[in-house]
Amino acid sequence: MSTLAPPPRPVVDLAPPAGGPRALLRPRPVHKLALLALLAAVLVPVAALTWSGAQWPAGLTVDVSGPLGDTTDWIIDNRDSHPLFVYFLGHLSNAVVLSVRGVYLLLLALGWIGVTAGGTLLAWRLAGARIAALTLVFFLVSGGLGMWVPTMQTLALMVVAVFVSALVGALLGLAAGLSERTFRLLRPVLDTMQVLPAFAYLLPVALVFGNGVPAALLATVIYAAPPMARLTALGLRGADATVIEAVSSLGATGRQKLLTARLPLARKELLLGLNQTIMMALSMVVIASMIGAAGLGDRVYQALSTVDVGAALAAALPIVLLAIVMDRTTAAAGERLGAGGTPPGPGGLRGPLLWAALAAVTAVFAVAGRLSGSRVWPTGGTLEIARPVNDFKEWMVDHLYSGVPVVGGTADWAGRFTDWVLNPLRDGLTALPWYGTLLVVAALAWLIGTWRTALTAVLAMAAIGVLGVWEPSMNTLSQVLAALAVTLVLGFAVGVFAAGSRRFEALLRPVLDVLQTMPQFVYLIPVVALFAVGRAPAVAAAVVYALPAVIRITTQGLRQVDPAAVEAARSLGATRWQTLRQVQLPLARPALLLAVNQGVVLVLAVVVIGGLVGGGALGYDVVTGLATGDLALGLVAGVAIVCLGLVLDRVTQPTERRSTGKGA
Amino acid sequence: MSRIRYRTRTQPPATAGGRPRTRAAGAALLAGTALLALSGCGKADMTKQASPFAAAAGSKSVTLSVQTWVGAQANVAVAKYLLEHELDYHVDTVQIDEIPAWDALSQGRVDAILEDWGHPDQEARYIEDKKTITAGGDLGVTGHIGWFVPTYWAKQHPEVTDWKNLNKFAKQLRTPESGNKGQLMDGSPSYVTNDKALVKNLKLDYEVVFAGSEAAQITQIQQFAKEKKPFLSYWYEPQWLFNQVPMTEVKLPKYTDECAEKGTEDPTTVDCAYPKTPLQKFLNTDFAKSGSAAAKFLKAFHWTKDDQNTVSELIASQGLSADEAAERWVEKNPEVWKEWLPKK
Repeated sequence: MSTLAPPPRPVVDLAPPAGGPRALLRPRPVHKLALLALLAAVLVPVAALTWSGAQWPAGLTVDVSGPLGDTTDWIIDNRDSHPLFVYFLGHLSNAVVLSVRGVYLLLLALGWIGVTAGGTLLAWRLAGARIAALTLVFFLVSGGLGMWVPTMQTLALMVVAVFVSALVGALLGLAAGLSERTFRLLRPVLDTMQVLPAFAYLLPVALVFGNGVPAALLATVIYAAPPMARLTALGLRGADATVIEAVSSLGATGRQKLLTARLPLARKELLLGLNQTIMMALSMVVIASMIGAAGLGDRVYQALSTVDVGAALAAALPIVLLAIVMDRTTAAAGERLGAGGTPPGPGGLRGPLLWAALAAVTAVFAVAGRLSGSRVWPTGGTLEIARPVNDFKEWMVDHLYSGVPVVGGTADWAGRFTDWVLNPLRDGLTALPWYGTLLVVAALAWLIGTWRTALTAVLAMAAIGVLGVWEPSMNTLSQVLAALAVTLVLGFAVGVFAAGSRRFEALLRPVLDVLQTMPQFVYLIPVVALFAVGRAPAVAAAVVYALPAVIRITTQGLRQVDPAAVEAARSLGATRWQTLRQVQLPLARPALLLAVNQGVVLVLAVVVIGGLVGGGALGYDVVTGLATGDLALGLVAGVAIVCLGLVLDRVTQPTERRSTGKGA
Repeated sequence: MSRIRYRTRTQPPATAGGRPRTRAAGAALLAGTALLALSGCGKADMTKQASPFAAAAGSKSVTLSVQTWVGAQANVAVAKYLLEHELDYHVDTVQIDEIPAWDALSQGRVDAILEDWGHPDQEARYIEDKKTITAGGDLGVTGHIGWFVPTYWAKQHPEVTDWKNLNKFAKQLRTPESGNKGQLMDGSPSYVTNDKALVKNLKLDYEVVFAGSEAAQITQIQQFAKEKKPFLSYWYEPQWLFNQVPMTEVKLPKYTDECAEKGTEDPTTVDCAYPKTPLQKFLNTDFAKSGSAAAKFLKAFHWTKDDQNTVSELIASQGLSADEAAERWVEKNPEVWKEWLPKK
């Protein structure tokens, strides 16, 4: 019966049918530029005559502050009476409160001994002894630093957030993986959500749900679900066509096919998606402290607002350790599942029995803890690190901050960087006529991508102007560009070096691992200590945040260059430098482009958070909007950040990435 | 014709996807139902939902809003210490900015704000219209916002203390962030400020630069003071920093009621100095009506500028934790706080 059925389509080709218009739409770079120049020659004089000045013309802006202000008022006035709120959003919010509270009370009931034992055993079962030891260290450190209660709050939030994100993401991914239409509909949305800074998600939810845990949790879910959806869909669609064909020829129903063939085949992607979801959820749970998520992030936020580096570090250390533990646990569990190996554990215990044993041991520890009378971490057992750290910071500020002979202090560097790089760049971007900016964006996006990407980029850029935030956006853009330049120079240099030396790469890897798993918020702390406040520290934090990804992609790209090509160049007598410049770098071009793309997305994410440390511009508007409940200001800035993210992604996104569908 | 053929060709995957999609929808429906069942199927007023982390120990509990400035932290530190040690409450503190704090207070996510610098819009909305917030009386401290220059600089150039002469000094106050104008430093974006309007309306050659937070602003002021550099800053009394860095206020055009009224209508028209504000306490209405010991205590909480500054300085410049600072003050001043405890 199934012989008559046509084979399932293996890979989706989103490109329009060949021939006809396609040839026109795929011109060569020179033609593209010529066409743009022609367009510019017609449009620019018109624009320049109609609207004078380099700024976005006032006539073309739409003032949305009125309607947005009305919306805020309406929400506040109707929050306790309107059916939408009392019958839907209220329940949503209530469910969040109840579930987070349930997990939190469970954690508290287990007591610190029970939680520590349970967490360590769980890590051991999933990922082995080394990671279990790391988990133990995490719990002891967070307790030892006096962060036990905030850690439990963050854990409770994480458990609920990850569960909901994974569920929502998997359902969406399932729908997209099985239905062509859903896939087409979802894909651009998910692609876009992937590049948006976490910051942009905060305000809308805070507006609807008010400051507090429900808003924070929902923002986290919106932020963390897309990778799960994406990877589930990719995994399901990427399943080996012959296997599926074999299964269907055996007469399997749709459900059987899904459960026995497609999902197991997509196992690796599913676990990778879970891993990414967990990491993004953690990052967001920390940032969401700005809208009332309690826990460790809140401690960092409070400490930042008083520039108390010591206290911030005490809260940041558990965050970093938690990130590493969660990342390694899911990664190791994924590898083990992928390899089909058996989990560690005593010989006689397998499957459910082992889980029961784990639960029993945890319970024993919990009861023992309760009997010994300490539910939260004993107050005597904390180590005060805030003061020594602050003393060290004072010392650093005194000695490095300014007036160091010859090299100058860090504050002097920051000042010079602001004077010589950031200010000219900002002024230049602001002085560039707006149509000029649009043209540059169009040209870049079109050269590197298709006319679609160019159109998206130009429209996003224009939207910034229409919203009336052209000037702050140019300011943010100047910071992004400066940070990107520094990141790429450093990243490529280190990447090239690491690709050339195995030993250096081995040394570098754990450092990069740690840096890549740290939530964005944490980076703000050391830079404030070193570079005071202003745009320079925002840029510095962005560079540190984006550097690991750039280094890693560069190294991998260079490593993957065909060794035969390198060997051939060597045998022709090329020096190492010549080989690098003329063979390796050109061959690694796709990887380098990907590094630029990743770099720019990551830099933007942190530059806007820099609003907290005096970075000004759009990030500052979002902070102000959150701080003063001024929706118009914050939301417009948030939308502008989204647009800027789109523009920056599109002008750096090589066409290959779109066609293979492998991002991030 | 070709269209139809195309459709038949893609049909099998579409049907294959159809069933699971209904299943997914079913699952979503199920989850939704579960959600409803979980929360009792009726109305759910999100303005009455407390934080999941509140009152975990099952004890009597109060949630106080802490603002970011140290004076407010001092109020909360002492209130918290006394509530916990004298009245056996569990106190949660939440850091929220001023205006969101009003919203949180009206929703009952916070029970009290101990120091408010005047928010007429919010008072009209929440106290008079919605009646979800109740005034809690004076804190006992009078606040004043103004522009300040360091005293060492004001002594060299006495004329700088009048706003009319400020433009002459703009050149001396340039920084990388302010460009070719003088820098007027502001702190956190959330604080009550008319500075942008003032600079515009008084035609001053200055740029308002926001440090982003009060702590960042203090760090900057301390840096300037260390090098004896001139600066002009938005600042306020009472503030412990005056003991470390003496500052002199710049006279702005006199504060008048007309100017204030004009400012309430349109904040961009303000062209006079900031008023002297008796700082206020506010309580959530349900909490205030509950008649609990904590509500009575917070209503009675009333101390002086000196008391507040003592605690603030212990926290901010001596690096004590808020709890330790409160404990020291409480030990030394029993005659002040004994008055606040409800009569048994």
